[in-house]
Amino acid sequence: MVFSFDLLLEAVVFGILLGCFYAAVSIGLSVSFGLLDVPHIAHPAIMVLGSYGTFVICRYGFDPIVAGVVLMPVFFVLGMGVYRFYYEAFERRGSEAGVRGIAFFFGLALIIEVGLILAFGVDQRSVEAVYIGKSLSIGEMRVPLRFLVAFGVAIVLMTALTLYLSKTFTGRAIKAVAQDEAALRLMGANPVRIKQWAFGIATAVAALAGALLIVIGPVEPGLDRVYIGRTFSVVVLAGLGSMTGTLAAGLILGISESIVLMHFGASWAPAVSFGLLLIVLGIRPQGLFGR
Amino acid sequence: MDKILLKIEGVSKHFGGFSALDGVSIAIAGGERFGLIGPNGSGKTTLINCVAGSLRHDAGSIVFDGEEVSRLPAYQRTRRGIARSFQIPRPFASMSVLENLMVPLEYVVHRGLVVTGKTEAQAQDEAMAILRDIGLAEKAVTPSNRLSQVELRKLELARAMAARPQLLISDEAMAGLSSNEVSEVLEILFKLNASGITIIMIEHIMQAVMKFSQRIVCLDAGRIICEGTPASIVQNPDVQRAYLGA
Amino acid sequence: MKFWVSAGIAFALAVIAAATLKNEYYFFAGYTVLMFVVLATAWNILGGYAGYVNFGTPAFFGLGAYTAAVLFKATAAPLALQILAAATMSGLLGCAAGLLTLRLRGIFFAIATIALVVIIETLFNNWRYAGGATGLQLLRPPPTAPFESYVKMLFVLMAALAVAAVAIARYIERSWIGRGLRAIRDSEEAAECSGVPTLRLKVFACTVSGALMGVGGATMPMYLSFIEPASTFNLNYAIGALASPMIGGTAGYLGPVIGAILLSTIQQVVTVTISSEMNVMVVGVLLVVFVVAAPEGILGLIKKWTRSSSR
Repeated sequence: MVFSFDLLLEAVVFGILLGCFYAAVSIGLSVSFGLLDVPHIAHPAIMVLGSYGTFVICRYGFDPIVAGVVLMPVFFVLGMGVYRFYYEAFERRGSEAGVRGIAFFFGLALIIEVGLILAFGVDQRSVEAVYIGKSLSIGEMRVPLRFLVAFGVAIVLMTALTLYLSKTFTGRAIKAVAQDEAALRLMGANPVRIKQWAFGIATAVAALAGALLIVIGPVEPGLDRVYIGRTFSVVVLAGLGSMTGTLAAGLILGISESIVLMHFGASWAPAVSFGLLLIVLGIRPQGLFGR
Repeated sequence: MDKILLKIEGVSKHFGGFSALDGVSIAIAGGERFGLIGPNGSGKTTLINCVAGSLRHDAGSIVFDGEEVSRLPAYQRTRRGIARSFQIPRPFASMSVLENLMVPLEYVVHRGLVVTGKTEAQAQDEAMAILRDIGLAEKAVTPSNRLSQVELRKLELARAMAARPQLLISDEAMAGLSSNEVSEVLEILFKLNASGITIIMIEHIMQAVMKFSQRIVCLDAGRIICEGTPASIVQNPDVQRAYLGA
Repeated sequence: MKFWVSAGIAFALAVIAAATLKNEYYFFAGYTVLMFVVLATAWNILGGYAGYVNFGTPAFFGLGAYTAAVLFKATAAPLALQILAAATMSGLLGCAAGLLTLRLRGIFFAIATIALVVIIETLFNNWRYAGGATGLQLLRPPPTAPFESYVKMLFVLMAALAVAAVAIARYIERSWIGRGLRAIRDSEEAAECSGVPTLRLKVFACTVSGALMGVGGATMPMYLSFIEPASTFNLNYAIGALASPMIGGTAGYLGPVIGAILLSTIQQVVTVTISSEMNVMVVGVLLVVFVVAAPEGILGLIKKWTRSSSR
């Protein structure tokens, strides 16, 4: 292990790009789990589903980011359906639902993963685009262009979502329902409809995140497993319900992973996100900016 | 009156920027019937949660029976004699009414490592006695998720009583009940107090609170705005303002 | 008494099978089924009784297996000692994990258990003495008398372990600890206010659960004569341990047994006739269907049918 400042700097820069990507990937979970309290273990699986959807659309010659955007309304409807089902089957029936709700999403993730294997096989799939395969030279470093593109889209996505939640009426209703459902009911709004809408948005965001995922690198059906660790550690580190915290937490994770990857190798990298998660849960479970 | 059983001094609790309790101080004597009123959101349930141990207060002290209990988890406070019922009943839904009472009997009163044949039978007798007092004896083997509202409220009280408490906190046990049912519950609380149990009653049903309490404290926005006998409370302009709005 | 009679009969059948049947395949399959009975029973102590979902079965199972393997490599210890060591290590892991995360809500515990699998797998991937990523070969000692076949011996041993695991689960279930766990599952806040030391009971359940999972894994290295991280920490153990009780029924000790036998059988049939991916799909679908439509599992359905037919 050679320690050099240049190597560290490169790791940090790469980590920032990666971290923003992780934040974008996790922000859907920040809404569905952080705000709505749904134990959505299947979020990464749905994101991978989005990656494969992007792959299919790209076969017709479309740009992957465009494909992701096209998928968003489809996934929005899908998300609303999933939440409605979850609500009717579990949340409505009370406290015993805790175990069964988690088991349900676990089963859902399994079904999605196996469905993808049956449809596409276990081999890795990737897409092509103008910006995939080229690198940009910044100073002495070579940064792959696709990471910059993903970084850019991630920033736009997160800004849009944060603005939506704080500036629009529906967005603020979503934040309100997370804090005080009873008060919302008294105001005449229907919390279930709002949560359904929010879950739909979270799922749509997951679709675009899936597109970014396949831009950054090849995907395979089992990829959701490592992303369970990454997304949940970001959301928990951020503090449930904090959008700005998601960006900070994503950066922390990205930089940590990048440094470990460059200095200790790939065999230790998966442990970083999960290790971070355990540390946060043990020391400060409410995260950096928790409610 | 007897000596002070529960002394709450300067208790404060914040949730983020929101101050739910702000420097609340109350002293309750042993055997007293104490009423706690206040509009929704005034901090009544938060205060109860801090006393029972479900929440940790941020500042101040809570002394029960001469002992500072602030650092104790809820189950140890129950073992020392503080019992509470829940505003929205939380029965152990997979258990029968009788079994619901077995939990505090086993964990507070008997605490045996192995429930031997004798201890289990003895505990069951004790549970049945409590159910008879409360009026739930015929429902002993009914699954607790099949009870009516008033029966659920009675179960909450019965389960709290099974912990053999010195202090019983009744959190809105009468909310949403018919006037007959309110009288039933009120009678139970009077009977319990007559047997020596200190009772804190949180209620919105003013008639019940007035009839029951020897002393009343009114909370608003986390602070005490009035303290005194039922007669003086009813006439207090601050209390009227708190309930009806300025 | 009924339980011990049935358990005795089941064990006796296992011994008779070992003495009479020739085809080794039965014992390979039987070993696997019994192992899943142990894992499902262990899972249910925390998952079914207390209501805390554990995705991390492979961590406890794998730690138990590796403990046994490393102990054998270092000291050629006999099976009994390997099993004891495995139970201890996995029990300690359960205790530590429990203390760390059981103060939090159920979903956080569930995620933390996923983290455990990855971290422990990563540790063993990088530990050269235990074989690292390529794995460790082990030379089996000869089977102890009166067994001539090592696999048959492991089969009978696993049958004994399964009976022990179910007996332990049954004991906990019927004791005041079981009632306390059920109170936690039904309403943790009310349980705490009823004098139940919720954290202590949860950690206890997690420790016992972990230890039994370690026992389930302890004989794997000897069974395969080989151990390596990828297959030891396989997701299938997590799926099997979770799905068996949820399908069989989580309320009592029989549910996991029924579920494990059913799922293992399905696994054998589907994997051989169609594919192993299809097997996971079938399990996933069954899990979702049961969790949504029959939350009390097969045991619950049987109870309902017998109740309605007796009217």
